[in-house]
Amino acid sequence: MPERRFIRFAVLIAIFAVVIFTKDQAYAGDGEIRLGIAGPHTGAYAAFGKQLWRGSKQAAEDINKVGGINGKKIVLIKADDACEPKQAVSVANRLVDRDEVAAVVGHFCSSSTMPASEIYDDAGILMITPASTNPMVTDRNMPTIMRNCGRDDQQGVVAAEFVIKRLKAKNVVVLHDKDTYGRGLADAMKEQMNKLGTIEVLYEGLTRGEKDFNALVTKIKAKKADAVYFGGLHTEAGPLVRQMREQGLTAKFISGDGIVSNDFIRAAGGNKFVKGAYMTFGADPRKLDAGKAVVEEFRKSGYEPEGYTLYAYATVQIITEAMKATDSIDGEVLANWLKANTVKTVMGEKSWDKKGDLKVSDYVIYVWTGDGKYEEYK
Amino acid sequence: MEKYILGQQLVNGIVLGCTYGLIAVGYTMVYGIIGMINFAHGEVYMIAAYLAAIIIAVLTFFGINSAFLSLILTLAGTIVITSVYGWTIEKVAYKPLRNSPRLAPLISAIGISLVLQNYVQINQGAGNQGIPAVVSGAIKIGGGSNFFQITYMQAIIILAAVASMAILSIIINKTSLGRACRATQQDPKMAAILGIDTDRIISTVFIIGASMAGVAGVLVTMNYGSFDFFVGFITGIKAFTAAVLGGIGSLAGAMLGGLLLGLSESLFSGYVNTDYKDVFAFSLLVLILIFRPSGLLGRPEVEKV
Repeated sequence: MPERRFIRFAVLIAIFAVVIFTKDQAYAGDGEIRLGIAGPHTGAYAAFGKQLWRGSKQAAEDINKVGGINGKKIVLIKADDACEPKQAVSVANRLVDRDEVAAVVGHFCSSSTMPASEIYDDAGILMITPASTNPMVTDRNMPTIMRNCGRDDQQGVVAAEFVIKRLKAKNVVVLHDKDTYGRGLADAMKEQMNKLGTIEVLYEGLTRGEKDFNALVTKIKAKKADAVYFGGLHTEAGPLVRQMREQGLTAKFISGDGIVSNDFIRAAGGNKFVKGAYMTFGADPRKLDAGKAVVEEFRKSGYEPEGYTLYAYATVQIITEAMKATDSIDGEVLANWLKANTVKTVMGEKSWDKKGDLKVSDYVIYVWTGDGKYEEYK
Repeated sequence: MEKYILGQQLVNGIVLGCTYGLIAVGYTMVYGIIGMINFAHGEVYMIAAYLAAIIIAVLTFFGINSAFLSLILTLAGTIVITSVYGWTIEKVAYKPLRNSPRLAPLISAIGISLVLQNYVQINQGAGNQGIPAVVSGAIKIGGGSNFFQITYMQAIIILAAVASMAILSIIINKTSLGRACRATQQDPKMAAILGIDTDRIISTVFIIGASMAGVAGVLVTMNYGSFDFFVGFITGIKAFTAAVLGGIGSLAGAMLGGLLLGLSESLFSGYVNTDYKDVFAFSLLVLILIFRPSGLLGRPEVEKV
């Protein structure tokens, strides 16, 4: 029955054609500017992806309400890298080739940002990460790669000073999760601590995705540690701190901005375990006057703009301002403008140095209070 | 001090090993009967974790706060529901492919695993979920700062592993169901000719495997206090490794493999280096498989003539 087969084939082609053409039509449209929002929208770190998305979405809506970018509407394109470097490269290629985005907000995990940024660099597209703090992101001197957050070497320095000078810890254990972000953070902290004259009693990496760190905790106990510094994310930090407390270890727990999420409490399985855990994070953007109205708006819709939400919001604002001022979407033009100017954002005024790092970093120490919140430690 | 640390590390290793063993049993039973690996098993474990949290929430709502009662009810409820999952997985991913090449059901099982993972993620959210401590407290051995401890929850895990091992061994070796299982394993065609409903036996084995994943999911979640939709993956891989290490298809092997893996991870992590603990554990696996290709307690496959 060759005819029937032919008909089937033709129908198939027709369906494909419809799919392809409708897709193309959806993407045509001159009056819009597409921004890629790249981060872990799925996977184990999707909680951060949600912050990224909520922040960017709110920013785009607010900007579109008042006329968009020189009359053009912002359209956001979700790009999911699941915090996996391989997937990050493929979504970066997709954003550049198929979606033809004008700029990218993201990625989130440093290990994803690094390989993806090479693609944006090749394509000359502006990429501003609201969260990747690894120094190498901007240290490679790619002209269109910038960030709207601090650097791990700044964060690690603040943490090391705190552990040695404020907590006066003698036996310090430094742990990391073997990932670009976690390890970079732990190394920066270790380096500064060594400069201050304290050598760590243990320096080791644990495996991402595991839940049982009991063996490591027992080892920490054997080293008589009085402070444990962990470079990594809340998914591992939670069980780690819980098992420390369960084994009766009272050493102080300090980590970086990877545990800035209420998910940290859930990962530990209760408030009592995270009580007294310290972390370094930028001065709380929710408390700044510049962002009051936006924070209110978020809370009205039943969403607490924690962690990186406002960072993502501000990043969209930054890109918008640069595009408005230059009336261009050329990555290098935008980046040069940003490096020469100051932008007003929901997080206050931001300006950049030649490498694309923020001129002012504002890391401070926070402490989890045991009632589901964290507050600045003074 | 030293010996207390060693004691604690042994406790850590044994508990970890028992959790691996509990899950490994599911892999090994399914492999034993149809010679295929159920890659969706880890996801059933993950679903059990969610079920445990939901059931505990429901129990607290009805005012049931006794630790013993809520533990038993949670276990019972979870086992019932995961059994349904196990049964469905077999009906959807294995039964229609019973006579296809071996790769087909393997892929369909991986498919099921992805479906379950994403289904849970979409429905329950991607973030971590916590579960309140149902059983707390610990048995301390030694005093002052020189002690090692085993929490009641850890003790329950060890007991559960031993008990389920014993029950399964009795089922397999002493009951008519077990006899039918063994017959189906040895020669499904002949077993069918002799009047054994092999489809039903295979379904039953999937149900048993899934209920073991249920037990593990509840107990392990209560022990660590948190879970997310991704926990099935790494735990599944580790448990599968334990099953292979002990000799896949052998019940005692699954437990032995689990213990060996758990202890070697704990001791290596505790005394050598945490970074390389998985490298060490898997090198051990390779070494054992070189000298005993079918695992520690596995019987070598005999060519049937």
